[in-house]
Amino acid sequence: MIKQTHSTLISEDRGGPAQPLLLVRDLKKYFPVRSGLFTKEKRFVHAVDNVSFSVSKGKTLGIVGESGCGKSTTAKLVARLISADSGKMVFDGDGVVEYGGIALKEFRKNLQMVFQDSFASLNPRLTIEQTIAYGPTVHGIPAHEAKSQARELLQRVGLSPDQFASRYPHELSGGQRQRVNIARALAYQPRLVILDEAVAALDKSVQAQVLNLLQELKQERQLTYLFISHDLHVVHYMSDEVMVMYLGQVVEKGPVERIFNTPAHPYTKALLSAIPSMNPAKRTLKPPLEGDPPNPINPPAGCRFQDRCPHVMDLCRNVSPVLMNVTNIDAFSEHTVACHLNQGMRL
Amino acid sequence: MKNALLKVRDLQVEFNGQRKAQALSGVSFDVAAGEVLTLLGESGSGKSVTLRSLLRLHPEKSTRIKGSVIVDGQDVLSLNAKELNQYRGRTTSMIFQEPGLAFDPVYTIGQQMTEALCAHEDLDASTAKARVLEMLERVQIPQARKRFDTFPHELSGGMRQRAMIALALICRPKLLLADEPTTALDASVQIQILLLLRELQKDTGMSVIFVTHDIGAAVEVSDRIAVMYAGRIVEVGDVASIVDKSRHPYTKGLLESIVGTENRGSPLATITGAPPNLMNLPSGCSFAPRCQKAQSKCTSQTPELETKNATSFACWNPVA
Repeated sequence: MIKQTHSTLISEDRGGPAQPLLLVRDLKKYFPVRSGLFTKEKRFVHAVDNVSFSVSKGKTLGIVGESGCGKSTTAKLVARLISADSGKMVFDGDGVVEYGGIALKEFRKNLQMVFQDSFASLNPRLTIEQTIAYGPTVHGIPAHEAKSQARELLQRVGLSPDQFASRYPHELSGGQRQRVNIARALAYQPRLVILDEAVAALDKSVQAQVLNLLQELKQERQLTYLFISHDLHVVHYMSDEVMVMYLGQVVEKGPVERIFNTPAHPYTKALLSAIPSMNPAKRTLKPPLEGDPPNPINPPAGCRFQDRCPHVMDLCRNVSPVLMNVTNIDAFSEHTVACHLNQGMRL
Repeated sequence: MKNALLKVRDLQVEFNGQRKAQALSGVSFDVAAGEVLTLLGESGSGKSVTLRSLLRLHPEKSTRIKGSVIVDGQDVLSLNAKELNQYRGRTTSMIFQEPGLAFDPVYTIGQQMTEALCAHEDLDASTAKARVLEMLERVQIPQARKRFDTFPHELSGGMRQRAMIALALICRPKLLLADEPTTALDASVQIQILLLLRELQKDTGMSVIFVTHDIGAAVEVSDRIAVMYAGRIVEVGDVASIVDKSRHPYTKGLLESIVGTENRGSPLATITGAPPNLMNLPSGCSFAPRCQKAQSKCTSQTPELETKNATSFACWNPVA
């Protein structure tokens, strides 16, 4: 455990326990597409389009979706690695980079990220100990303290400091490197950790070890996770709440058991049935979705899922559905879905 | 095995680059005509090395290959250059993990497929084109006529993998090697490709060796599964027996470390440690350092594959 001597980095709880740690409202990011010299029309990739969500303290929000649906862009927008076109973020009751709110440097200390590619996210010319100690010294921790803290963290993530502290990233295996990335993120004593496909590149047996480590650390340090993955099993294991994205928009959001047991959006249903069955006697006979995810450049009007949806209606082609509570269960549920089928039932 | 299309006996592959690595240490297996065999294992277990050896894709200078590979009566390891050209693509062909890298970016899909076809068969241009179009339709590429003239980068990941499959099957090979064909794809597209492979296999009656680290994908397509670890096959059996009645502790560990819906709220079962370094393999059973049931015999003697009940496994202390 980290001793109190390192407490200088720890940020106090600003709001109460009921205050969501992170509140995101109407986040939007369009990337311009380079077009020809003579084409007048400007085209945009609608990477993230009006995404809103909140994460409660000590909970994990899972974000799932196919590649190109905007999961990672959302993570980068939240971490302010790229700036949003519009939208608002509130961290523990304080607006992020707003007058009277939380400053960017302070916010970044509270929020850390672990990326998919464990090798590309480590500096190849720094030893592991230097890598982990670097961040805290930037935030004003004396070098020797940062170093001893780095060794404690290495021990905690299961890498013996005597053996590993002076090694370079290329001398480690993928699983070990990902542990270093986790240790580096924790060195800032963050409250929110964004895990962007953090276990996707690992072998199955190593993946289970890292998932266990993440769950233990969450308990010990009261962390809040934003867990991004395309692996539905892993999301189910890690998350308390799940948000399903399709082409830059949130199509369904709710508690993990509700999403997995009674999915309301046709896309969520299809994703769930695309999981290979583990029973050779019950093989999948028909692919649940035809075709590839459509092009996010200038997506169609109306519902973005219309071309692949088995229940498509005329309404879907003209009006885009908004997130509403799932109606057939109870009016106050936290389970929301953006689908005209759901809204049809309400009428 | 009777009527085996492929017989691999005691295949050993050693890379002698800057550092020596024993990538395969004695792999033997058969594939019957019309059978789908999955090689399942983690990175570095030798699955891809096995496939590449079957096509002799390793650089000859820095690789030492021992053992024998017989495909359809031909001894692959002793083919000369001309025979090898005929063998590759015609008897055996391969699908790679990254279709974006496997295609030549400066030629269209159609040109590349026509080239492959004309290299093996004596056809005039219009017949060749008709064959290519037919193949593109067969792998369910919509608007095949239009796709014939597209470049690889213009296709999406799933479409590119379909085109890759079409390219591999254009000469009607008897053996198809699929090296993690769905790993780079999204789940919804992965299942489409798996079903397509299964369907094409049924139609053509070819044999398939499917390499993956995803047990779910293996169960979806294969007849038999061979589990590999550190350059050896540690357990082999039909799909149902591997899933339900596996005896090797590594197979058991792999199956248990899969995250399922029932795991929520409890820690996952894990295999401690990491796969061994191929440059310095432990003596005896390579899995012994990570095995909970390891005894002194395990670190001194290497177990051989033995058939008992449902599966064959190489272990001194199998799980009951």
